[in-house]
Amino acid sequence: MAVDALKTTPLHDLHVALGARMVPFAGYSMPVHYPDGIIAEHRHCRARAGLFDVSHMGQAFLAARDGGDPAAALERLCPGAIATLRPGRMRYTLLLNDAGGILDDLMVTRSAAENGRLFLVVNAAVKEADFALMADRLADATVLERLDDRALLALQGPRAEAVLATMLPEVRELAFMRAREATWQGVPLAVSRSGYTGEDGFEISLPAEAAETFARALLDHPDVAPIGLGARDSLRLEAGLCLYGHDIDATTTPVEADLVWAIAKSRRERADFPGADRILKQLAEGPARRRVGIRPEDRTIAREGTVIRDPAGDRVIGRVTSGGFGPSVDGPVAMGYVETAAAQAGTPLGLEVRGRLRPARVAALPFVPHRYVRKG
Amino acid sequence: MSTIRFTKDHEWIRVEDGRGTVGITDYAQSQLGDVVYVELPEVGATLAQGDEAAVVESVKAASEIYAPVSGQVVERNEALEAEPGTVNESPMDEGWFFVLSLADPGELDGLMDADAYARYVKDLD
Repeated sequence: MAVDALKTTPLHDLHVALGARMVPFAGYSMPVHYPDGIIAEHRHCRARAGLFDVSHMGQAFLAARDGGDPAAALERLCPGAIATLRPGRMRYTLLLNDAGGILDDLMVTRSAAENGRLFLVVNAAVKEADFALMADRLADATVLERLDDRALLALQGPRAEAVLATMLPEVRELAFMRAREATWQGVPLAVSRSGYTGEDGFEISLPAEAAETFARALLDHPDVAPIGLGARDSLRLEAGLCLYGHDIDATTTPVEADLVWAIAKSRRERADFPGADRILKQLAEGPARRRVGIRPEDRTIAREGTVIRDPAGDRVIGRVTSGGFGPSVDGPVAMGYVETAAAQAGTPLGLEVRGRLRPARVAALPFVPHRYVRKG
Repeated sequence: MSTIRFTKDHEWIRVEDGRGTVGITDYAQSQLGDVVYVELPEVGATLAQGDEAAVVESVKAASEIYAPVSGQVVERNEALEAEPGTVNESPMDEGWFFVLSLADPGELDGLMDADAYARYVKDLD
């Protein structure tokens, strides 16, 4: 892909100045790592605070067309209880197709300041499809306003609150999955306590033209280091979090993907979401396959696509959908789908790597405990 | 007196008295990123020039290491099992992979010397 065909985020020049190795990702030139390397960045995030540029993701407001509730419309596509989402709260949810397959996973925040408006963050790789779907199916009741002029940064790690509070003192009061608007040096921004690493942390949405100044102010703190997509992937994998297009896709249902908690109880009872018939059937009878954690028992790394067999190697029973090295557990980690009979933690598996069967076991997720800050 | 030669795939071989120690170059380790696992050939394995000899797993991907010349594996660097990062830290020295007893020293003539390899790498970037 020609470099000049790639899009750039507002922090592109900063990444280059910091010595990042840039790679194409979802049509953007993105930093995969900085000079210290992926493992050092991963460890830094879990020990102190890592700064991620995730501006490639799709940000948008979904507002009601005539003073109604945009959430009621969004529920046509999602199985979550979005209509009951209160101001300042956010929820992880899924866009589903009529077969109950997952079109994307996303975060939905109910704005505190605006009248019922929803703030959406969707995955970069499918944002065009997501926004086209919403425009097509929700246009009678909603207006979708893309925020392509905004950057999105994530600050994650045990020191994230202390660091961010020096710039935005109000974040000390913010609990996990809560959001609020704030101002920094006259720049209006939205901040949430959420992330994709399993650590405590925040995501900040702000105007593109202020992003570099804001990022540099964060990087001035000795506890903060820039983190690229390489470590972002190993962090979320250790946290047991799905990557769309790999661990979840249009062929996986929330039941198979072990994401049943994203289907609100009230919505289950009403069966009023796409693919409800198939999903409710799987809930009643059990799915044929399930997403599980996998730990190779030797040092072999099993990557996406690795065939999973029973320990004797006789039958194919699944496939790895994400895999790599987990620096925080000092060993290989993976996620994948296996037939339901093999989905219990501790079940022995055989992983086909370079023509040989390697021993592994189903492992409980997450590999590293989450450290979300839920306030009472 | 030892001779060092390099392959286009960024392996080096340091030969003395018919035995060659094999590793990957500094350029290769920097391209790979953090090495997390190394799969070495068995002692006694017979390799033809160009055969897959070892595998290096970095955080990003697995890469094959090929036998620069034909020979039999007489030693492997067991220390890499516990400390794969040695490949990044000391690629030309402590990060060696295995030692071959050379079957045909004439094969070395087809490989690059240090100057030729340095020019080769320069042209890559």
